[in-house]
Amino acid sequence: MSATIGVIVYPGTNCEHDAALALESLGAKAELVFHDQTSLSGLDGLVIAGGFAHGDYLRPGAIARFSPVMGAIESFARSGGPVVGICNGFQVLCESGLLPGALQKNKGLRFLCQDAVLRVASTSSVLTSQATLGQELSVPINHFSGSYTCDMDTLRSLREQDRIVLRYVDNPNGSIDDIAGIANEAGNVVGLMPHPERAAFEILGSADGVVLLRSLIASAMATA
Amino acid sequence: MKYLAHVDVKLRPGIADPEGATIAKALPALGFDSVHAVHVGKRFTVELDANNLHEAQALAASLADRLLANTVIEESIIHVTEA
Repeated sequence: MSATIGVIVYPGTNCEHDAALALESLGAKAELVFHDQTSLSGLDGLVIAGGFAHGDYLRPGAIARFSPVMGAIESFARSGGPVVGICNGFQVLCESGLLPGALQKNKGLRFLCQDAVLRVASTSSVLTSQATLGQELSVPINHFSGSYTCDMDTLRSLREQDRIVLRYVDNPNGSIDDIAGIANEAGNVVGLMPHPERAAFEILGSADGVVLLRSLIASAMATA
Repeated sequence: MKYLAHVDVKLRPGIADPEGATIAKALPALGFDSVHAVHVGKRFTVELDANNLHEAQALAASLADRLLANTVIEESIIHVTEA
């Protein structure tokens, strides 16, 4: 039996096929879920894929948050289902309030498209359960608004509750505390700016994202 | 009644403003030596219907908080006039 992972597609999303291909190469089933769907039945996990949902108008993720599918995503997350927001998906999760904080324009105001070395900072999330604490992973980033920001109280609780999942080894965008990815309190909702689905095949430069995707698939299997 | 709501959205104090900082750095190069700082924000002009000014202000405040500003990092200043 394999897990079925829904890949959420808004108008302007552009990483859904990469995510689906990477998940399927690891034995999962992937199903594209369009933004106007209101049911997520039959799905064991969700990926909110990267891109430019609704053109990133107003702010990245600001309009996507009001899509019909969001209510279903919120219920899925609240019932413990694994949800991973990648890049624009992370921005959607913050805008919708499923994750705290916000993603600001990069320090230096440059669009960054490069490899980034990440360090696993917690293994108690659906995205990192199969990784090792301190493990370094080379995973590409591709964003303009990736500088994670939150107030000091939020940062304190993220640290105390072991919710900082991934940190940049060499902070490229000015994120507070070098944060590349965070989780909610239960660890089942994770947002990260780097693209693990683009680091899923050795022939494309790195397969370091595989351990993250495998963790998600394992969590989805447990839900199934 | 028709109203115009002008909503200015700006970053909360203490939130990094890389755009403002970049503009502030460029201005002295053009001879504007007396500039200390620049803060970048957005202005929205919203045309709306309401029964009275009070209602229009409440409506504008609500839509600013729910959509126009990300209240985690931004705050809004609202000014409503009759259209």
